[in-house]
Amino acid sequence: MSPVPRSGAGPRAGGKSWASAPPTAASQLHFKHQLTRVYTWYTGGFLVFVLLLAVLEQLGLTREWIGLIFLLATIGLYAAIGIMSRTTDANEYYVAGRRVPAVYNGMATGADWMSAASFIGLAGTLYLQGYSGLAFVMGWSGGYCLVALFLAPYLRRFGQYTIPDFLGERYGGNAARTLGIVIAIVVSFVYVVAQIVGVGLITARLTGVAFELGVFLGLGGILVCSFLGGMRAVTWTQVAQYIILISAYMIPVVWLSVQQTGVPVPQLVYGYQLEKVTAQEAFLSSEPGELQVRELYRQRAVVLSEKLKDPSAALAQDRAAGEAQLLRLRAQRASEAEISAAERHLAQLPRDPEAARRIWSAELVEAQTKSQPLNGMTPHAQAFAGDPQGTEEEQSEFEHSRRNFLALIFCLMLGTAGLPHILMRYYTVPSVRQARQSVVWSLLFIVLLYFTAPALAVLVKFEVFHTLVGTPFDQLPAWVASWNRVDASLLSVRDINADGVLQLNELSIGGDIIVLAMPEIAGLPYVISGMVAAGGLAAALSTADGLLLTIANALSHDLYYKMIDPDASTTRRVTISKVLLLVVALLGAYVASVKVADILFLVSAAFSLAAAGLFPALVLGIFWKRASTLGALAGMLAGTGVTFYYMATTQPWLRSVFGVTGPVTDYQWWGIEPISAGIFGVPVGFAVIVLVSLVTPKPSQEVQDLVESLRYPAPR
Amino acid sequence: MPSLAPRRYWRYNLRLTAVLMLLWFLATFGLAYFARDLNFTFFGWPFGFWMAAQGSLVVYLLIVGCYAWFMNRLDEAEGLRDPVDGA
Repeated sequence: MSPVPRSGAGPRAGGKSWASAPPTAASQLHFKHQLTRVYTWYTGGFLVFVLLLAVLEQLGLTREWIGLIFLLATIGLYAAIGIMSRTTDANEYYVAGRRVPAVYNGMATGADWMSAASFIGLAGTLYLQGYSGLAFVMGWSGGYCLVALFLAPYLRRFGQYTIPDFLGERYGGNAARTLGIVIAIVVSFVYVVAQIVGVGLITARLTGVAFELGVFLGLGGILVCSFLGGMRAVTWTQVAQYIILISAYMIPVVWLSVQQTGVPVPQLVYGYQLEKVTAQEAFLSSEPGELQVRELYRQRAVVLSEKLKDPSAALAQDRAAGEAQLLRLRAQRASEAEISAAERHLAQLPRDPEAARRIWSAELVEAQTKSQPLNGMTPHAQAFAGDPQGTEEEQSEFEHSRRNFLALIFCLMLGTAGLPHILMRYYTVPSVRQARQSVVWSLLFIVLLYFTAPALAVLVKFEVFHTLVGTPFDQLPAWVASWNRVDASLLSVRDINADGVLQLNELSIGGDIIVLAMPEIAGLPYVISGMVAAGGLAAALSTADGLLLTIANALSHDLYYKMIDPDASTTRRVTISKVLLLVVALLGAYVASVKVADILFLVSAAFSLAAAGLFPALVLGIFWKRASTLGALAGMLAGTGVTFYYMATTQPWLRSVFGVTGPVTDYQWWGIEPISAGIFGVPVGFAVIVLVSLVTPKPSQEVQDLVESLRYPAPR
Repeated sequence: MPSLAPRRYWRYNLRLTAVLMLLWFLATFGLAYFARDLNFTFFGWPFGFWMAAQGSLVVYLLIVGCYAWFMNRLDEAEGLRDPVDGA
């Protein structure tokens, strides 16, 4: 097999004949028409299915059944696509035969890209953080500029199977390939665990089964699909999943917008809702009820920080006071209710000083947050915290907030352009021309959702600020009570100042509820809630599919075929990939079910590591012929090393793992948060590649020719 | 050794990439840096907020769109169109 196919039509057959002929112009045109017909029917079918369920709901179908039908129908559908697309042909299995038209690859990339974090988490983050949350919107879309300009067309011209493939060929030898495999796998595995957790949560919520069972049900769907048909099945499933996830996201938001503004295009009109939210924020910041609640929390914070100075003494004191109270009540022959309340209070005290310290610290953080205006949220439309014209402290808060905002965008963008499961998708289009077009389609399909998420956050905030806040506790809408029952960390209300009316600071909201409860907030029937959950499931499953395939292919293609047994037949390689897929999926499910620490942090760590480890070596490999093997190796190691070191010394969970003590500010550089550690790793990665390359021998003529061929399409 | 045509092709590509990256940088970091100062009202949004939520995304779409359009046009002019894309 020649390392670089001269044409855009895909690699040459290696010994065995391909089951499918390389695509031609005529076959592509026919194929595209066929796809359009199939997916149009599919979209219509999906809408009819939802309508049918809506009718059945009116006729008395219970919520549990609706949830179960949605779950089984969608997973069954993905499995059916997987079975129809099954293959053992390497070209089909690894790159879907390189016949995916630009627009469909764009849709598949959209689903591949948008994970549970985009679908469920993003709107919640925007609700809680306002402007600061827009770093995710910008970072996760602007990264595609880098994909388009620096990577996608060149990787397509290179025309192999994986990202380590490119590193291996360009930086000649197994060392670069191995390092590429390791980074690709670490990044993808961390990410896939987060998706599996999302699958488990949604399945559990949709049908009421246990979290672990939910994980394995969802995993079944992922596996049937990618196991049988590899990239081919994953591609066509992802297109189907994109259609489900985007309709599930749009329909309730449009409905909510019609209710609030009368206009069915929330993306255009939510600016005016934002104005009203800003006005209401000013009102709520000085409303007497709110002030009262905040004062109560402030007092509570003072008491708690006093207790935390000596937890064991405070705990002993609390226990003695509780016991004395109980004795007094018994002596006074107080009512049963009073006595049992005092008993309960005593039983609920922390077990030992260590537990007391933990519980009280958490309560202190909560009380401090809730003693601030607007539940501790910065005003929604205000860019950055603090005030550039204010006191010195406010000025430095402003600088810190702005610096971290910019750093986070930087890391998310470069991380996007370094994620192997996304880059791999551009191997599957028929030509370089379509690779370029496909990035445009990908970004368009992604931006559809990213335009909508900030609108959703504002519409829900409007609803909460104007309708919910100020409502008497006995008249709260039904969804408040029902979500409170499902999970108190998602939504809870407590009448702190006992005035019988809900204040904003008496409401605690977890980010995920914004999307999950949106249909109920809009007063839509339960079938829409089911659809939203199915959309979240589609988002998580499609991303997990792509990631698992990346890991399995890196192991089977790059490690086994390229390094261990180059004579392996295509069938054997595909079989090995399938076995590995199963092993990795089970491993991921195991890690997800033991719930390793901070999942959200792990995901952002994946972005920083991909940015620092892969992006510099990939880009310089194409744009700088002089980049040498040793340079690339040193740069990849240095980039990931610096990123990892920074995270290990500044992130609470990693600090505890590595036993780093001492104040975190001693370790921070310019006050950058660990989530943006890549901002240091990327420049180091680039600099080390350049410096080491300049003092090591030039790459061979062969490699330079390879780079030349990537830059210029050879005429036929 | 490459002939003159590939070199010209590559230089055109580099220039286009540089211009678009400059645009990308300004739309991302330039505007976000001054977001607090750009708070005049724009259809209800403070302009800085709108740029981060929608404006920059439109710029990104234009950037990738322009790149695909210009480079694909160049390929065509140089007679480098891949047969699989049809005539």
